[in-house]
Amino acid sequence: MAPKALDYESLNENMKKVQYAVRGELYLRASELQKEGKKIIFTNVGNPHALGQKPLTFPRQVVALCQAPFLLDDPNVGLIFPADAIARAKHYLSLTSGGLGAYSDSRGIPGIRKEVAEFIGRRDGYPSDPELIFLTDGASKGVMQILNTIIRGDGDGVLVPVPQYPLYSAAISLFGGSLVPYYLEETANWGLDINDLRHAVFQARSKGITVRAMVIINPGNPTGQCLSEANLREILHFCYQENLALLGDEVYQQNIYQDERPFISARKVLMDMGPPISKEIQLVSFHTVSKGYWGECGQRGGYFEMTNIPAQTVDEIYKVASISLSPNVPAQIFMGLMVNPPKPGDISYEQFIRESKGILESLRRRARIMTDGFNSCRNVVCNFTEGAMYSFPQIRLPPKAIEAAKKAGKVPDVFYCLKLLEATGISTVPGSGFGQKEGVFHLRTTILPSEEDMPAIMASFKKFNDEFMEEHEDHRGYSRM
Amino acid sequence: MRRFVIGRAKSLLNRSYQYHCQDQALLRPLAPSHSRFLSSTPGLDSSSTSSASSMAPPVSLDTINPKVLECEYAVRGEIVTLAQRLQDELKAKPGSQPFDEILYCNIGNPQSLGQQPIAFFREVIALCDHPSILDKSETQGLFSADAIERAWQILDQIPGRATGAYSHSQGVKGLRDTIAAGIEARDGFPANPNDIFLTDGASPAVHMMMQLLIRSEKDGMLCPIPQYPLYSASIALHGGSLVPYYLDEATGWGLEISELKKQLEDAKSKGITVRALVVINPGNPTGQVLAEDNQRAIVEFCKQEGLVLLADEVYQENVYVPEKKFHSFKKIARSMGYGEEDICLVSFQSVSKGYYGECGKRGGYMEVTGFSPEVREQIYKVASVNLCSNISGQILASLVMSPPKVGDESYESYSAEKDGILSSLARRAKTLEDAFNNLEGVTCNKAEGAMYLFPRIRLPQKAIKAAEAAKKAPDAFYCQRLLNATGVVVVPGSGFGQVPGTWHFRCTILPQEDKIPAIVSRLTEFHKSFMDEFRD
Repeated sequence: MAPKALDYESLNENMKKVQYAVRGELYLRASELQKEGKKIIFTNVGNPHALGQKPLTFPRQVVALCQAPFLLDDPNVGLIFPADAIARAKHYLSLTSGGLGAYSDSRGIPGIRKEVAEFIGRRDGYPSDPELIFLTDGASKGVMQILNTIIRGDGDGVLVPVPQYPLYSAAISLFGGSLVPYYLEETANWGLDINDLRHAVFQARSKGITVRAMVIINPGNPTGQCLSEANLREILHFCYQENLALLGDEVYQQNIYQDERPFISARKVLMDMGPPISKEIQLVSFHTVSKGYWGECGQRGGYFEMTNIPAQTVDEIYKVASISLSPNVPAQIFMGLMVNPPKPGDISYEQFIRESKGILESLRRRARIMTDGFNSCRNVVCNFTEGAMYSFPQIRLPPKAIEAAKKAGKVPDVFYCLKLLEATGISTVPGSGFGQKEGVFHLRTTILPSEEDMPAIMASFKKFNDEFMEEHEDHRGYSRM
Repeated sequence: MRRFVIGRAKSLLNRSYQYHCQDQALLRPLAPSHSRFLSSTPGLDSSSTSSASSMAPPVSLDTINPKVLECEYAVRGEIVTLAQRLQDELKAKPGSQPFDEILYCNIGNPQSLGQQPIAFFREVIALCDHPSILDKSETQGLFSADAIERAWQILDQIPGRATGAYSHSQGVKGLRDTIAAGIEARDGFPANPNDIFLTDGASPAVHMMMQLLIRSEKDGMLCPIPQYPLYSASIALHGGSLVPYYLDEATGWGLEISELKKQLEDAKSKGITVRALVVINPGNPTGQVLAEDNQRAIVEFCKQEGLVLLADEVYQENVYVPEKKFHSFKKIARSMGYGEEDICLVSFQSVSKGYYGECGKRGGYMEVTGFSPEVREQIYKVASVNLCSNISGQILASLVMSPPKVGDESYESYSAEKDGILSSLARRAKTLEDAFNNLEGVTCNKAEGAMYLFPRIRLPQKAIKAAEAAKKAPDAFYCQRLLNATGVVVVPGSGFGQVPGTWHFRCTILPQEDKIPAIVSRLTEFHKSFMDEFRD
């Protein structure tokens, strides 16, 4: 009998190669256990609202009004919606051609792209062109679009940090390209070494790979480090020398938990560097409504901004965007509200600031609590979470544990994380899902559980870990060579 | 400025066999050159710079993915760009054009042309977007009781009532349960919520299936001609081959099994492995609703040939003729006694069409039946990379598949809205069909369903020559003239595929009823003067 089209053997190989650990083995096991009645704490994905973070009030008011415009005609609407939310809703509806139910321009509603451009201009001090800003159904879709445009085949390589957010490795697999890793140095606070980068490029080229682009994630995921201005200059110089496009994943730009290195965008540094570099380097910058203090993951709202991309290429990207017709309109409004939030004097300003600050300050505290908590555990070493939403502790597994893992047919950090899950209900993602140096193990957890829950979670982790280490140690030495 | 050209020399039909040539050309290694700053890169052996690219920037038209260059999507193509320009001119200088406004009849976007959303659906969505008002007593005065109740029901299905959280990658389980129940109520055969993947519109689901099935240009997908160009674009983007099967205009766009067989054999003889059959029912752009026995023959064909049946059923609620009814392919297959082991079937549905027309929400799903757990895992895996589809769209999909019932508080008004929209669509379909048939040299099949008319225009030789001189496909030439004279935007038939040597255009039936008479008279006037100018 001839193989059928949907037999496993007949599937697209690239699809089979894709791995995405964030919702992989650990998550599936956790879901199984949850169905069996076990209490699970999902810290596998940066999903703030799922862990109790409340949505900001103002944007929800505005979008609800936009969804049901008949409310605006009701004389009683002012009883439950403040006047500025009503005004904003009317404003956004006027920007659409038929309300939320109509396909918008395939690049997103022009008026909202203008708001995004203005935000970027205020943030960086350089004007941004709305025509070069495309709204997308989440930043991930934008990343996929750009990578699909760049990658022609396995001869094309993309530099990706290790550890990385596995969207990049998954997308590169899916599009049949080659991932060229550059390692972040854990002992130097997940710093990036230009010599390392050069070496990575050299190695790739010697294998016949054309390195086309470099990805930076700033603040980092899973590592949390914030790049300094000097770092960014180095990276931009490097891209200029090696003729690479730069993809700047900046979705965590609002999540900064230290003051030494505030967020500075790749675009700002690029513009600061002046011509010829500022006019030559091809840069695509990504942002989202899913992270920051908004955490509106479920809306699927994002954008990418293109700098120095040739007009014809922009046209091609637009063409492909048009096949999907348009990004979802409610999320576009969330994006507009995010880049253009209530201002001092607005009725909703006080509440908005109170809610936002509350979330950010709490995240900052939780980043500290978690880092310290991990560092108090046996054989665990954890860099401080400078930004983003994750903690990425290094777990120094004793040889006995590694053997036990091998016997169980599991990668060591997967083995550890499964045991952690079964003992405590804490669902994490093993470091192997993000990439790490050979023989070094980590896990990624989010800093998102509520502050009230955190002490108990960290205590539960410590108890498990210290017992695990006790059980598996026989003083032969640790996993890190 | 978009520069993509519908009237490129390649025809839709030949294209599928030409992709791989382009692909190879762009993969040849770039010429070696030295990096710009040799002195600042110590340790970099100059002999190793064999693939440092030349001065050309990394992302330029010459170096992007050739599949991106190959794919085309006429619905938002050149004619729309022209229309937007005219619209801007009109805004800047009122009275500068022979028409007052641009009417976008190029795209199935009902609410952009004045169709109202279903109030009950919007009430529920608004409450789910801002659940904190459910606790307020004033809310009772602003929303209907059953909308409030439905919102509570939905929120209870979402962990933590957090509509801002990523859901399960296939979509919220409770919503999939609702959709599965809706499918069962529609078909009389059970549906499994685990077979359902909620997506940002039906289009991403189509892309996923193309990605799954296409390994190389040797993999072919049977597609109707004319077709909705998502299919041709998606196949091109994923590097496969489009294997066309022609719908028969003379018999109301009939789908003949003999034609399917012929095209399948033809493709096989060219070394193409045909993987799936795409059927759009009701049809787009053609509007035909398949007869049951036709559907049974299609199911049988797929079963025998081992093809996946990709059933695009997004217009399932748009049927305008009493003698036809929508039957889902799943229902047909199951009623033939065919189960999961017999046929691989993927059914697509969307919130964008029907009587709800919620295009901007990006809601939809695919129901995937008849394949192994290993394959389902792969689909899940790819879905998970994007985490999930937007929650609001998911909620809407569940509402579409389980709307108010008799006895519900909102049922009367919901029913009136629905019937009002559908009967209006039916009237507009008829009026425009008649109008087109009254034009010289134009014949137009009835729109039994969907949202479009696809009239055939017989262009005089003189017109065809003029088109050639203007370096445009004849139908694109006609459509542009039409736009310039009337402000009406339609899409040339070449964007959908047609029998070579025939010309069509696709026009939606969506402008509001009060605008239709003016459109008809403008079109009629334009066509007459066009024929006067170019009549042989």
